[in-house]
Amino acid sequence: MRTLELQHVTQEVRRLVQSINVHTAEPTMARLVQILEREPSPSGREAMRQIVANRQIASARQVPMCQDTGMVVVFAEVGQDLRLSGGSLRDAVAAGVREGYAEGYLRNSVVEEPLFERRNTGDNTPPVIHVDLVPGDRLRLVVAAKGFGAENMSWAKVLRPAEGVEGVKREVVRCVEEAGPNACPPVVVGVGLGGTLEVAALLAKKAVVRPMGSRNPDSRYAALELELLDLVNATGIGPQGWGGANTAMDVRIEHYPTHIAAIPLAVNLDCHLCRHAEAIL
Amino acid sequence: MSRVQRLHTPLTEEDVRDLRAGDRVLLAGVVYGARDAAHQRLVAALAEGQELPIPLKNQVIYYVGPAPTRPGEVIGPAGPTTAMRMDPYTPQLLARGLRGMIGKGKRSPEVRAAMMARGAVYFVAVGGAAALLAERIRRAEVVAYADLGTEAIRLLELEDFPAVVGNDVYGGDLFEAGREAYRSSVAVSPPGRAPGEAPGA
Repeated sequence: MRTLELQHVTQEVRRLVQSINVHTAEPTMARLVQILEREPSPSGREAMRQIVANRQIASARQVPMCQDTGMVVVFAEVGQDLRLSGGSLRDAVAAGVREGYAEGYLRNSVVEEPLFERRNTGDNTPPVIHVDLVPGDRLRLVVAAKGFGAENMSWAKVLRPAEGVEGVKREVVRCVEEAGPNACPPVVVGVGLGGTLEVAALLAKKAVVRPMGSRNPDSRYAALELELLDLVNATGIGPQGWGGANTAMDVRIEHYPTHIAAIPLAVNLDCHLCRHAEAIL
Repeated sequence: MSRVQRLHTPLTEEDVRDLRAGDRVLLAGVVYGARDAAHQRLVAALAEGQELPIPLKNQVIYYVGPAPTRPGEVIGPAGPTTAMRMDPYTPQLLARGLRGMIGKGKRSPEVRAAMMARGAVYFVAVGGAAALLAERIRRAEVVAYADLGTEAIRLLELEDFPAVVGNDVYGGDLFEAGREAYRSSVAVSPPGRAPGEAPGA
């Protein structure tokens, strides 16, 4: 059985939280530049020029792209033939977040509890961690820094089967319309379909952290992703909501079997920053 | 967005009467950085009849909670936060002479009406362009509520700070006008809800 020292997990998380807040993945930059070149609205182009220039400045000066450096969401797929040594996985991930946010001068945006005192924890912990057991002897980490301008505008509901594909289209477009400029468009729209209510929400988040432009392997869902992208872009909201033909950078769907009585649907929005990366240890 | 205007704070009523939604501006001069918690305290202080720690007459408030400042820098990344959350407090500040605000996203009908009545303007800056915008801040100094950390009130001196007029004193709205111009017929808009209307909260 392979053994992985958890200090390596801490190191990797510490590195990734800083990197995703500062640097832009090539496919994301290519998509932003494409939108800048194609956007017909002068206001929309001005917003895109600043969005692209901001990334160049952040990367060159090694500073975060946005002052909201997010709440950290980690998907950890643990190979069932892997032994994790030297503490707990959750503690190791949290330590990486704590060290990375301090080292990178990233903003601490997490409060202890959601309702009463809302006291800042002071080190951006805890992160949200989703652990899954998978075949193999590796650990796959997907690390995201989720800004809450977009998270605030996300949404979930269980639709009736009769509402079908049209109901899903209607609700996805409605969610993006209601979010309008607040989600910092051009957004990435993560759509979770199926399972139970909480599974749909989790699937929507998994869709958000998929690579830019990746399509659902089922051709029907892949076609729906592209159709939804057109529908969302037809709203006219545009970059930053200043009007234009590019409201979304991408729409991605993740799906799972569900009950005969329902279509669980969640829409998770991500701002134009697209701060996520993966590592395999 | 045909015109690019240079504006220097504090702003007079004539300054803002000259602006139209969609105009591009470059802002210079002192503005005050304040977001949720600082607004809550300002309005609480007004309710208790206390003097405010910052002037409001003809001033501009920037909705911002910067990331930490690295050694040798003026300020950390400092882009706009969502203005909607400040809507409940804003009419009271406008009544005290606040002339402008910088944020991102739409304002409530109440705030828009108060802006028209008081002769005030709302600027939008690009959300997520915090590294670029921080370079246009020449001086930053915490001037009140230091215990609030990133949410403390900061005096910020701007130079060539790029923004767009979101709402003007005539009721013009960048978001509505922009969207109307680029909406295409394939959009499905469900009945019974205004597009862009914020859910619940």
